[in-house]
Amino acid sequence: MAERAQPLSPLPGISAALLVAALIVGTLVAVLVRAEPGRGLGVGDLAALRFTLIQAMLSAGLSVAIAIPVARALARRRFAGRAALIALLGAPFILPVIVAIMALLQVFGRAGWLNDVLFWVGLPGVQIYGLHGVVLAHVFFNLPLATRLILQAWQEVPAERFRLAAQLGVNGWAMFRLIELPMLARVVPGALAVVFAICLSSFAVALTLGGGPRATTVELAIFQAFRYDFDLTRAAMLSGLQLILTSIAALIALRLSRADGMGDGLDRSLRRWDARGPMARVCDTIWIALAGAFLMLPLTALIFKGVTSIVSLPMAVWSAALTSVLVAVASTTVLLCMAVPMAAALATRHGRWIEVAGILGLAASPLVIGTGLFLVLRPVSDPSNWALPVTALVNAVMALPFALRILSPAARDTALRYGRLGCALNMGGAPFFWRVFVPRLRPQIAFSAGLGAALSIGDLGVITLFATSDQATLPLQMYRLMGAYQMEAAAGAALLLLSLSMGAFWILDRGGRWHAEA
Amino acid sequence: MKHLLFAAGILTATTAVAETPILTVYTYDSFVTDWGPGPQVEAAFEATCACDLKLVGIEDGAALLSRIRLEGARSDADVVLGLDTNLMSAAMDTGLFAPNSVTADYALPITWTDPVFVPYDWGYFAFVHSADVEMPGNFRDLAESDVKILIQDPRSSTPGLGLLYWIKAAYGDEASQIWEGLSDNIVTVTKGWSEAYGLFLEGEADMVLSYTTSPAYHLIAEGDDSKTTALFSEGHYMQVEVAAKLVASDQPDLADQFLSFMVSDAAQSILPTTNWMYPAVTPAAGLPDGFETLTTPQKALLYSADEAAALRGAALDEWLSALSR
Repeated sequence: MAERAQPLSPLPGISAALLVAALIVGTLVAVLVRAEPGRGLGVGDLAALRFTLIQAMLSAGLSVAIAIPVARALARRRFAGRAALIALLGAPFILPVIVAIMALLQVFGRAGWLNDVLFWVGLPGVQIYGLHGVVLAHVFFNLPLATRLILQAWQEVPAERFRLAAQLGVNGWAMFRLIELPMLARVVPGALAVVFAICLSSFAVALTLGGGPRATTVELAIFQAFRYDFDLTRAAMLSGLQLILTSIAALIALRLSRADGMGDGLDRSLRRWDARGPMARVCDTIWIALAGAFLMLPLTALIFKGVTSIVSLPMAVWSAALTSVLVAVASTTVLLCMAVPMAAALATRHGRWIEVAGILGLAASPLVIGTGLFLVLRPVSDPSNWALPVTALVNAVMALPFALRILSPAARDTALRYGRLGCALNMGGAPFFWRVFVPRLRPQIAFSAGLGAALSIGDLGVITLFATSDQATLPLQMYRLMGAYQMEAAAGAALLLLSLSMGAFWILDRGGRWHAEA
Repeated sequence: MKHLLFAAGILTATTAVAETPILTVYTYDSFVTDWGPGPQVEAAFEATCACDLKLVGIEDGAALLSRIRLEGARSDADVVLGLDTNLMSAAMDTGLFAPNSVTADYALPITWTDPVFVPYDWGYFAFVHSADVEMPGNFRDLAESDVKILIQDPRSSTPGLGLLYWIKAAYGDEASQIWEGLSDNIVTVTKGWSEAYGLFLEGEADMVLSYTTSPAYHLIAEGDDSKTTALFSEGHYMQVEVAAKLVASDQPDLADQFLSFMVSDAAQSILPTTNWMYPAVTPAAGLPDGFETLTTPQKALLYSADEAAALRGAALDEWLSALSR
């Protein structure tokens, strides 16, 4: 693929990748420049690093391991409510951390539903706090994302492959080995890398559910260095360490993942002749039911808690909601302007480095990006004037790794399948990009946009560093409510946030697809 | 003609605004929200100062100080409101804060002599629990009991740091043993106050680290008398919240006026039922109804700013090693 002539120009994508890298590295440098000599790294940081790595590896491994059978079941089955279930799968991922923790504790906490049931049956209760709690929460957050990524790859297998396999009598293990395994080998490393990177920068989840300072992560050490020690050198060093670890993980994952696609198909609707046996049916049903219950129960708890106070929310919450929606619109636009050209460039030569640049957004500490931008902007203008644009930009950069994971397989396939035709027709550059590339990627672009918008609405992001009292986003307003003892109003705000995020996701994701798959 | 008049009106209005001096006060987030003291304080001060009071909310006390350090001498802030005694030493070291001449008849359990920082409210740290159960009366009994507690991380939250000093002030060299004893009582350690208090209200633990004044919120704002705090015989550690003006302020007189206002009756009578802390100066009308029901510790514990700064590193290491075991 590397040497072949391509109708896609990598330049816009490379520029976008450089911009992202400049933002992430530049803010880090800005913090370092402002720093006075500090304490450097210590023994405690090694322990934090070890815990961070262990929990991130466990969380990524488990999330993806469970996501494979769930995605397989969803890919093979059609049932009423399937589309709704798949859309709802996005929900945990876009929740603000504190809301997700509260929701999980409603089910798994000391006074949660699970322990109520266990007590009622006469069994000893379970304790959520500890490494297993951290992993549980990270799986809750990331299983849906991993499932969506893998499910999408499943659905990108041309229907003709399954048709041919069925004609040849291929099923069961042989089907897995011949068709599904190569497909998984392509998508799983990337999914692992994304989930690993998300969990690497975990802070509040790890601390709260980890049960104490044993569960100290690198991100907590960064926070402490900024807030209580004002040791900017240390903060920048720790953040650099996070970036390096994530880059290594991303490079390993990309090296492992195989780049060859599934070949051409005619976009027929997918039918699976091999999965009609009763065993396959029962297995798939169990996986879907278990994953559905695991993800839906905490969300149901959230709805129960919030529904009584959502109608009486104070005006400030509604105006914050409007702000959040506007920020999400801006953020999604920026995201697509970066992600789609980057995906196009990925399909050409410079693939690997662009993907690394994209994934860095996950590993960059929001505190470092925020502080760095603050330091850069301050000599020029009052940073609080920039609170909303900066939030939109940083949200876009944080969502970029997900968008790239979603877009890149389809981008590669499109380049592979239509590149030669494009060249033969002398249809290079912009015409190919707009008439072939973008339309072919429409479902993936819509999914990315939905995810980006939802993430932006749910993310607290960097606004806390910039905002004045009259420019709150919804997550910030929710935290303010909690800080003022208004826990019930905060629950209402959380429900509003969930509805908005889900709504944005649903509209964009469904609206962008012409055939109702995945 | 009408339009001309309108335009003239706007012009004069703009000039009037331009001439009004602006006093910028950096404070923590919960101060400026609709439920906090911010809106009332702003209205009351603007009624007397012929100025525009601009309150800027920045997360919490620690974030506030690190913002001031980031901005350095070029900060827009004239006054910083919302540091506490544990942050005072680090704040002084920056050399960014200026002395003032505010005097008041403080109702603090300690004598206040600091020339730079003006205390505006204060409280005792305490464990909040449901009023219908008996709770241990000191840390040793708590450590031996199987009562479950929620605390905040001293590396990321002010109450968490307060508890660290509380146990250190009460037990000195034995603090480490107390922490080891407490380690099986601690359900979890949260990033900040909101998370811990939220988890407590969800029923995740029997007690949560907060303030003796927390039940006043439930009682006065919600009419709910089901919460109380455990009285500890060692005494309770205090948090004193302070404000100070910045050396680089371009409105030094107005800043002084604001600091005096913060300890005046007008501001002090707003604070108890909006910031849910004790006022630094008892208002003429006394404390609000309901405050008399609160637990009153027999002994107030507090390190001076310098002591607190000197102890912090060692106390943190002690805490880490006791709870990491």
